[in-house]
Amino acid sequence: MAINNPIAAPHTHSGLSTTNIMYLVVLALSPAALYGVWIFGLPAALVIVSCCISAWLSEVICLQLQGKNWLSSIDGSSLLTALLLAMSLPASTPWWVASFGCIFAIVIGKHVYGGLGHNPFNPAMLGRVMLLICFPIELTNWQAISIPSLGSDGLIFSQQWLGIDGVSSATPLADLNQIVEWKGLLLGEHAGSLGETSALLIALGGLFLIWRGIIRPYIPCALLLGLTIPASIAHWLHPQDYASGLAHLLSGGAMLAAFFIATDLVTSPTSPRGQILFGAGCGLLIWLIRSFGSYPEGVAFAVLIMNAGTPVIDHYLRPKIFGSQSLFKRSKGA
Amino acid sequence: MFNLKPKPFSGGVHPKGYKELTQQQDISKDFVPDRVYLGMQQRNGSMLNSLVAVGDTVVKGQLIARGSNDMTVPLHSPVNGTVVDIKPYLSSHPSGIKSQTLVIANNGTKNWGIDYPPSDYQKLSHEQIVERVLEAGIVGLGGAGFPTGIKLRLARKSKVHTLLINGGECEPYLTCDDRLMREQAAEIIAGIKVMAKAIGATNSIIAIEDNKPEAINAIKQASDGISGISLKIVPSLYPMGSERHLIKAVTGIAIGPGQLSTAQGILVHNVATAKAVYQAVRYQRPLIERVITVSGDAIEAPANITVPIGSLVSQVIAECGGLKAEAKRMIAGGPMMGQVLPSPFVPIDKSVGGLLALSEEQINQRQSQDCVRCGNCVKVCPMGLMPFQMATHSNNDDWQGAQEFGLDSCLLCGACSYICPSSIPLVQYFQHAKSNINAQRSMMQKSNLARQLTEARQQRLAREAAAKKAAKAAKRKRPARSRSTQGES
Ligand code: SF4
Ligand code: SF4
Repeated sequence: MAINNPIAAPHTHSGLSTTNIMYLVVLALSPAALYGVWIFGLPAALVIVSCCISAWLSEVICLQLQGKNWLSSIDGSSLLTALLLAMSLPASTPWWVASFGCIFAIVIGKHVYGGLGHNPFNPAMLGRVMLLICFPIELTNWQAISIPSLGSDGLIFSQQWLGIDGVSSATPLADLNQIVEWKGLLLGEHAGSLGETSALLIALGGLFLIWRGIIRPYIPCALLLGLTIPASIAHWLHPQDYASGLAHLLSGGAMLAAFFIATDLVTSPTSPRGQILFGAGCGLLIWLIRSFGSYPEGVAFAVLIMNAGTPVIDHYLRPKIFGSQSLFKRSKGA
Repeated sequence: MFNLKPKPFSGGVHPKGYKELTQQQDISKDFVPDRVYLGMQQRNGSMLNSLVAVGDTVVKGQLIARGSNDMTVPLHSPVNGTVVDIKPYLSSHPSGIKSQTLVIANNGTKNWGIDYPPSDYQKLSHEQIVERVLEAGIVGLGGAGFPTGIKLRLARKSKVHTLLINGGECEPYLTCDDRLMREQAAEIIAGIKVMAKAIGATNSIIAIEDNKPEAINAIKQASDGISGISLKIVPSLYPMGSERHLIKAVTGIAIGPGQLSTAQGILVHNVATAKAVYQAVRYQRPLIERVITVSGDAIEAPANITVPIGSLVSQVIAECGGLKAEAKRMIAGGPMMGQVLPSPFVPIDKSVGGLLALSEEQINQRQSQDCVRCGNCVKVCPMGLMPFQMATHSNNDDWQGAQEFGLDSCLLCGACSYICPSSIPLVQYFQHAKSNINAQRSMMQKSNLARQLTEARQQRLAREAAAKKAAKAAKRKRPARSRSTQGES
């Protein structure tokens, strides 16, 4: 017989769950991650695996300490944080440094604020910035790529690929004079963080998420425009001093930031106008930090700064109420 | 996302329809309940006065109760039989509250007890049409339950030029309007003509969602060649049936918050109402039955069925083969906005359009988690609100904050709860907040009234005191004056 509690409508649900969303994002990110392993070799795999394991363990411990069900640690959110952090690190990062960053991201970046949904800052980027400050050498030691080549008796792996010996190289952003071909940037055949090398794969993953309705296109578009427009103008005025818009767009974590980091559900605004402002702000800040700051890569800082503004943006840039006349006259009369 | 067709309004969801359960069968007209239970209290709270007593014989269509004004529509007997009881009985109000109810035992005959000769509505004045609609006890059958006659009268006053007929039926499962359009298109069209005449509208538009091709065909044929009536096919998107959103989709006009559609010259009615209006005006037949969809995966034989008003839910479900074991929740209305029935023994009133019995799996309710601020609710809200912000404020009992974020504009359409990945019962919070705000408002009105009364009393006392004082002063003065006059003299 039916149980008749006065339960509010609706009496049906789309079936969408946070876990679904998180794993879809992980799925969208994985081609780029695997490609990173392919071109950087086993050290890259070690960074990813150590990040994932340490993130999961710290998630379980945090949940236990708060008396929550530890099973919710498999909701995919800590896995996503771990993957994002790992992909923004150089492949040669020692595993314990990567793990330390991940633990910081989960414990301080997320659980101290009350867990998933309550953190004001993107945990992965908090971890990234902390590592950059504590381990500047390890974090800027970009490993050169070493794609396995096809020899007569199968694949040939270099010493570096196997993690025995490393050759470092500059990222295209750190060294402007280095001529980088855009095709190399697009496909990721250059030094850099292990996951941000192939702009193409990351952009495809992002488009997949937009298609599935997981993210909306506002933040990625606004971020990429916010980065390329000032970069192109500056390059046009002073080609010697400023990298071109295309180089900015395709290198460093720009694509990763646009599709996966700035679009983090928890820490980005929710209204379309808010998302456009947020994305454009991130893009502009990335360019400013890259061009004038003391760090060659500005994604983490830019995203964290805009994260801080999210509550304000959400408060003031609301969607237009159906049928209301003006965007600005609202909320006074309420 | 990559759908390039412009959406008729922003937001909205596409819940799975489940319409195939009942879409292809004719409306069944065989249902004869052995008793009907007619509540004397209407949805708006006003009471009807019974015109019959226990033991009286009543005939189908006979007027048996009426209210004190036009806002309380009269009640007619849906069956031939005897009044067996007048007692407090369950109402279909979700709280399960009891109200005075007429119980009529049905003698099983189906003929009308009164002769209803057809009359030519062309010869009737608009006020006569409205009178007939009011006398027939018609309320909006789309769910709002507002007296249709009053709506027509008000629309004429505000010079409505466009009559919009809602054949959207955007709620999942429900197909009764669809079937009605397929089977009784001519009557619907005639009803539209009557209504248009009553309000003086020059233009009538029937809007149907594109997932009902057969209804579209039937209406197209029935309205073919009739000037002033047109058909508009709208995309299926929930909540298309919401008045504002239908108007936006059909005419492009967005009715602002707090504004009435009639201010823009548009009146919206439902297809079933149009048919009832036709019956009322042409034959002076009262509204004593309606078509409802009985569906859901826990109903043995889902169907569209004509039910006399006042039939018990349990009887109707029995007529549809009964419940299956997995029935978990019974709902009056659709799954998006319907209300949980407090008991299977409640009577069906005029505004119930569907009866659903759903299994646990179909309800798909999970433990709610913390909001992850994913913004999905913002994306789907057809009113352009930020549900998660409203929920936070409502949860902290900050009603004003919730209102500032647009609570008053919320339709309670459920799109936000439907999509929320954390399964947060957003609508429940909003209902709670709204009822608290209403309670506060009526408290305030009460205390205002009390204050006014006290103030009036104080003023009266002050006036009386002043009058006394003045009288006294006058008394004192008079002797003085008399003394002085005495002195003079
Ligand atoms: S859909 Fe649910 S989880 Fe997402 S922002 Fe709205 S309330 Fe929060
Ligand atoms: S129930 Fe209210 S807040 Fe939620 S989607 Fe509908 S109108 Fe928006």
